[in-house]
Amino acid sequence: MTHEPSINPADADRERRRLEETWQEPGGLIGWFRCVHHTSIGRRFIITAFVFFLLGGIEAVLLRIQLARPENKFLGPDLYNQVFTMHGSTMMFLFAVPMMLALGVYLVPLMVGARNIAFPRLVAFGYYIYLFGGIFLYTMFLLNTGPDNGWFSYVPLAGPEYGPGKRADTWAQLITFTEVSALVVAVSLITTVFKLRAPGMTLNRIPMFVWAMLVVAFMVVFAMPTVALASTCLILDRLISTHFFNPAEGGDVLLWQHLFWFFGHPEVYIIFIPATGIISSILPAFCRRKIFGYPALVLSLVSTGFIGFGLWVHHMFATGLPKLGQSFFTAASMMIAIPTGIQIFCWIATLWSGRPVFKTPLLFVLGFFVNFIIGGMTGLMLASVSLDQQVHDTFFVVAHFHYVLIGGAVFPLFGGFYYWFPKFTGRRLSERAGRWVFALLLIGFNLTFFPMHQLGLKGMPRRVYTYLPEMGWGGLNLLASIGGVIIVTSVLVFLIDVVRSLRAGEVAGDNPWQAGTLEWATSSPPPDYNFVFIPTVAGRETLWEQREQQRVVTGLRSDLREALVTQVLDAAPDHKTLMPDPSIWPFLSAIATTGLFVGSIFNAWAVPIGAVPVTVALIGWFWPKQQEHEEELESERDQQPVMEGQA
Amino acid sequence: MREDQTFDVSHLPASAFGPRSLMWWGTLGIILIEGTMFAMLIGMYFYLRGRVPDWPPNAAPPALRFGIANTIVLIASVLPNSWYKRAAEKHDLTKVRIGLVISLIFAAAFIVIRFYEFSTLNCRWDTNAYGSVVWTLMGFHTTHLITDFIDTAVLTVLMFTGPIEGKRFSDVSDNAFYWYFVVIVWLPIFAAIYLAPRLI
Repeated sequence: MTHEPSINPADADRERRRLEETWQEPGGLIGWFRCVHHTSIGRRFIITAFVFFLLGGIEAVLLRIQLARPENKFLGPDLYNQVFTMHGSTMMFLFAVPMMLALGVYLVPLMVGARNIAFPRLVAFGYYIYLFGGIFLYTMFLLNTGPDNGWFSYVPLAGPEYGPGKRADTWAQLITFTEVSALVVAVSLITTVFKLRAPGMTLNRIPMFVWAMLVVAFMVVFAMPTVALASTCLILDRLISTHFFNPAEGGDVLLWQHLFWFFGHPEVYIIFIPATGIISSILPAFCRRKIFGYPALVLSLVSTGFIGFGLWVHHMFATGLPKLGQSFFTAASMMIAIPTGIQIFCWIATLWSGRPVFKTPLLFVLGFFVNFIIGGMTGLMLASVSLDQQVHDTFFVVAHFHYVLIGGAVFPLFGGFYYWFPKFTGRRLSERAGRWVFALLLIGFNLTFFPMHQLGLKGMPRRVYTYLPEMGWGGLNLLASIGGVIIVTSVLVFLIDVVRSLRAGEVAGDNPWQAGTLEWATSSPPPDYNFVFIPTVAGRETLWEQREQQRVVTGLRSDLREALVTQVLDAAPDHKTLMPDPSIWPFLSAIATTGLFVGSIFNAWAVPIGAVPVTVALIGWFWPKQQEHEEELESERDQQPVMEGQA
Repeated sequence: MREDQTFDVSHLPASAFGPRSLMWWGTLGIILIEGTMFAMLIGMYFYLRGRVPDWPPNAAPPALRFGIANTIVLIASVLPNSWYKRAAEKHDLTKVRIGLVISLIFAAAFIVIRFYEFSTLNCRWDTNAYGSVVWTLMGFHTTHLITDFIDTAVLTVLMFTGPIEGKRFSDVSDNAFYWYFVVIVWLPIFAAIYLAPRLI
């Protein structure tokens, strides 16, 4: 099972010591800001995204308290607007997408057998930009300048005429922060998957989670620029009086909706597809068989990635679009159920034909099935224009997308936490506490959100801060609020168990679940160089399939940060490259960029002036340091440089 | 250590050009991101055109003179770029230096001409949505001209002062690759802003 036996133990030991010295992450306070290994950055990313999950959860609790009974005075209308906007923006932009990308940052390089992620400094930069964006949003909120137009910030409400002050600008600039972060991480992930796979990991041996992250990274690349552009135009309208969204001067408010949902719908799949990757990782490990229908699953992911861009108008059925357009988008919305259905059938087949071991991660996957299928069914209902117009902007829609997002992403994510926690920390979470977390979440979640379907059908609009007792909505709302308390209990049990397990959890070992992918072939938590010897890959679940003594890669310098670059399709070794050393410049660049972003919502001159420190920081980042130069020469010394044509 | 149990890669080169290298893929990623933004902006331009009867509304289209001049200069700049790109792939430092300097002169030239282009657009960004989208498109492309000018300048200085490694030639090659993008993406923008109001 392990890679060590084929190598003389003394050699392996010497190699390990040298790698430890070469790849060690810097210590100390300043060193903390110089870290570049994907496990260090990935861990911070995951923890930060989880903190925002908790903050978004607290906001949800405030909303549920306010709505628990009619004519409640707990939150006023103005604060309520800010809180529901903060809740949606936090959950979408600061929790869901970053959390999924963070898992990719941590796991993808391990799963493909790489020493580090491609462009690790860029990933560090992306993390700091994300962190500063989140801090910026919450600082503005505490200054009573939190956004209050909903997470999609529709104009004209968010435009200069109806949205005075800086609240809408806060939202728009949060978008810029989070999109820049997601985009740079996406580029790093694509490059990692294409160029840093271990020898032998041909396209049809790439683990499902890695496929999922690859598809998501491409979706990010094509979806996020649109919303970044839209939010920039919004700021321009508000700051220097452009007229993109001003009908009086030839602008158009629906343009905002088109731009937003061209991003916003793929966004749902950007959150959901990594969750499918998590499910496809957990199922083989706990069904003790390879995933059923690998090619069908991969093709489903890719086609979901494409069709996901053809649905955006179904968020705009109530805007009176031409009939033909509506029919097209109804058809596309129904069509996307096909690849999703194929995936679900493949998973059921895996469960059916395997020997399921009902540990906590698998329980969350089963919970996913139940909840996500309900969300998918209401999604099909909403794809019909007539029904959509009936329940548009009611709690029916709120119920639908929480089933999709919590059922489709949060349940698999918690399954993933339980599954990979031993890899992240070296210790297991408690199985007993895990069952409680699962049961409480399942009950609390359904108690909270199922009644909302009914509330929506009874006509309760979303985003109202209160309602009259005569409406008859009080009972179901109280039920939903009680469900919220149960969800909070579940998350508290999880947090307590995490803290307990970090100190006293059962030691996990390298591969506690006897899973088959490469992240389990190294110690838990992984060292800063990931693998003593870069593995070669024999199959999809490579640890199950490889021969007794699977060959390992040798000939990479362990006294330099050398990594192996392979070819895109068949992962045959191509050349060696030096991975970047730790550096403070990504952090400094992120600070400079933050100055530009924050300044630019107050004064247009902040852009040209703020660009100066950004430029300086980026040049400092690029300029080769003496030590890097020597390492590079050392690495290049042994071989002739290869010219074009010689290769 | 037995031969049949290991997979020796020590003979492999330490740098590579084009799609073989990591940096090329990073550059491609940035190109895809920014290409999407340009595509969306051009889409916005025509979307907004569909909302008003006259286009451009109450104004003459941008004057052709400087637009055409800049298009010619931009297309011509492909020559020195492809010249130093080929030189870089042969590790020919002298030609790389000469080619980079010539490219910089081109880059400076079209930033200067761009200034005149802005003064003959015949619209302001705050008059109407037409002006807003024209200025945003032009501004976004100009940002690319300026950032690529700075990129190339820094790289040029580095190629003169050192330190230089084999990998640096791969950077030079990718710099030209990115420059091609900045040139190619200008063509649909030029067609949208300068030609479409006159022809369709």
